Amino acid sequence: MVRILGALVGLFFSIMLIWAFGVGAYNFVTDPPQKTAEQWVQKNFPMEHVSWSFNGPFGKYDNAQLQRGFQVYSEVCAACHSIHLVAFRDLKDLGYNDAEIKAIAKKRQIPSVDPKTGEAATRDGIPADKFPHVYPNDVAARAANNNAIPPDLSLMAKARHGGADYIHALLTGFREQPAELLKKFPDSKTPEGLHYNPYFANLNLAMAPPLAGEGQVTYGEGQPKPTVDQMSKDVAAFLTWTAEPKMGVRKATGFPVVIFLLFAGVLAYLSYRSIWADKEH
Amino acid sequence: MSFPWAEHYTPKNPVMKWVDERLPLPRFIYNAVGAGYPVPRNLNYFWNFGVLAGIALTIQLVTGIVLAMHYAANAGIAFESVEHIMRDVNSGWLLRYAHANGASFFFIVVYIHMFRGLYFGSYKAPREMVWLLGIVIFLLMMATAFMGYVLPWGQMSFWGAQVITGLFSAIPLIGETLHTWLLGGFAPGDAALNRFFSLHYLLPFVIAGVIILHIWALHIPGSSNPTGVEVKGPQDTVPFHPYYTAKDGFGVAVFLLIFAIAVFFAPNLMGHPDNYIPANPMATPAHIVPEWYFWPFYAILRAFTVDLSIPFTSIVLIPAKLLGVLAMFASILLLFFLSWLDTSPVRSGTYRPLFKKFFALLIVDVLVLGYCGGAPAEEPYVMISQIAAAYYFAHFLIILPIIATIEKTDPLPGSITEAVLAKAHKNDPAAAAVAAE
Repeated sequence: MVRILGALVGLFFSIMLIWAFGVGAYNFVTDPPQKTAEQWVQKNFPMEHVSWSFNGPFGKYDNAQLQRGFQVYSEVCAACHSIHLVAFRDLKDLGYNDAEIKAIAKKRQIPSVDPKTGEAATRDGIPADKFPHVYPNDVAARAANNNAIPPDLSLMAKARHGGADYIHALLTGFREQPAELLKKFPDSKTPEGLHYNPYFANLNLAMAPPLAGEGQVTYGEGQPKPTVDQMSKDVAAFLTWTAEPKMGVRKATGFPVVIFLLFAGVLAYLSYRSIWADKEH
Repeated sequence: MSFPWAEHYTPKNPVMKWVDERLPLPRFIYNAVGAGYPVPRNLNYFWNFGVLAGIALTIQLVTGIVLAMHYAANAGIAFESVEHIMRDVNSGWLLRYAHANGASFFFIVVYIHMFRGLYFGSYKAPREMVWLLGIVIFLLMMATAFMGYVLPWGQMSFWGAQVITGLFSAIPLIGETLHTWLLGGFAPGDAALNRFFSLHYLLPFVIAGVIILHIWALHIPGSSNPTGVEVKGPQDTVPFHPYYTAKDGFGVAVFLLIFAIAVFFAPNLMGHPDNYIPANPMATPAHIVPEWYFWPFYAILRAFTVDLSIPFTSIVLIPAKLLGVLAMFASILLLFFLSWLDTSPVRSGTYRPLFKKFFALLIVDVLVLGYCGGAPAEEPYVMISQIAAAYYFAHFLIILPIIATIEKTDPLPGSITEAVLAKAHKNDPAAAAVAAE
């Protein structure tokens, strides 16, 4: 009885699936799915893989690069984008000392309450504060940015496929739309007020190219030349740190754990062999 | 119950003797996972995965209980509380990465454990109850994992919850009401998040309870083995301790090594980037996908694209969405009937030449389903998943019962010991015969 009912159920589902397959295959042949403009661009403009200092199990953040990236973030990105999951005190990881962190925090205004009147007010930041939001709310953010909300960047490097490579590709990717794209997909013309970027999911981005030319940020003595490519790399590295600040301690903890487990594994194998030595199995 | 030749517990330590006389817990442990449990001597490494699943559950319980001390189940702050764990809680990043990857590793070892059972016929008499309880554990795991993935309240959390709870709305008549009742609202929100958190904390302990029943049911007939031939005498078994504690210890070390490599060096490999974007009910992700361990079932769900209707009319008997939901649940529930679908008296796939071929096909089939389930719902993935899903149902419900009746199985070894010695003295059959005497 179980087997008869089972066979009927199995036949029912299999027939429905094969029928659905037939319908799908018929549509596939008579009306083959068209490639979208996004797919065409993705195929023709692959993301460049940068060899980051933090790649691989032995990779580490380069503090000089993170500081340059923080500088690019502060002078360019911070006008619109917050990093509100990061606290000023976290900047210690980048090699800043307590006095420098205090000074950085003090430059930001944190929403607060006037201690005398209880009215809304602001106060100077302290190291324990998080980086403040740029806009008081989403409505204000939209109003100031052509109806697009500039996303918080704290986790951006983990929230997109490609991570740091993606951020670097996006920042250096602004260009004229290729003629071939417009010829193949006439509908894909970038609308007024948006900016074409092959690395952005739907190809058209509300953000204007933020890094427009060399020397937009002045780097300190002995640092590389601030080309657009260099600045994008630096800020991508910085945003990788904001997304994964514990990467250093994570990898550093991982090595002793792995070595211990390798050692434990060898011991466990030897004890297994010696206990079973007299038993064929 | 156990074999008559099982070793008896005789406490040497006076404290243990005192305890054992008043509460025979030491005796219970000794008979369950100590020298008092005789186990077939020929178990291969695939028999290690039950213990590994237990280790994985323990990792989830320990890390989960500590994470719950820092997590806030509130739609307004859940996402930030997880980031607080990642950034400010001492070793919080380790707890969370261990928990998130721990779920994946739990499923990896349980899937291997289940396919071990499928190949070696562990679902057959007299171990049907062990298999049935195992499927119950699997269902509980899926529910727990699904609800756990909602807790960080990222984009995939929110939209995954939206899609999966939306399945209930496909039920005729009561669907919409049921959906709203389950969620405590019209869309996932604070009510849903809180009940998911509550259940996510409860269900692992239910799983632990069912595992006790699973092991209890296993200890009635004793463990199966790669030959599928039942234990015939003391020469066929070894005491669980020290033999299998030592062998499992090695397996545990290898498991923890691979787990540690994932946690410390590739913690986001099995996650989805979109879950690092806070939940936003106003923005639907381009491709909503569940965690990888649900992909085969997700592919089955999406494979049903055509309504069941009366031909040449517009009367729909069962809409495609409901068919998909029914099929997805059926794909798991059919495993409950496996013991009665496959009637072959031979347990082990090793001695079933025809079964073996279809089993290999099933593994490929499930991998293909998994791949399609993770891919966007576009052609050709949908067509591929339709063929693969059709095979999945045909395999269990049609092919297995037929194989059982037409297959000519290979001769079975006389006993476990005979099989072991034949393998050990492969080049010298005469010596094997002597050793078997």
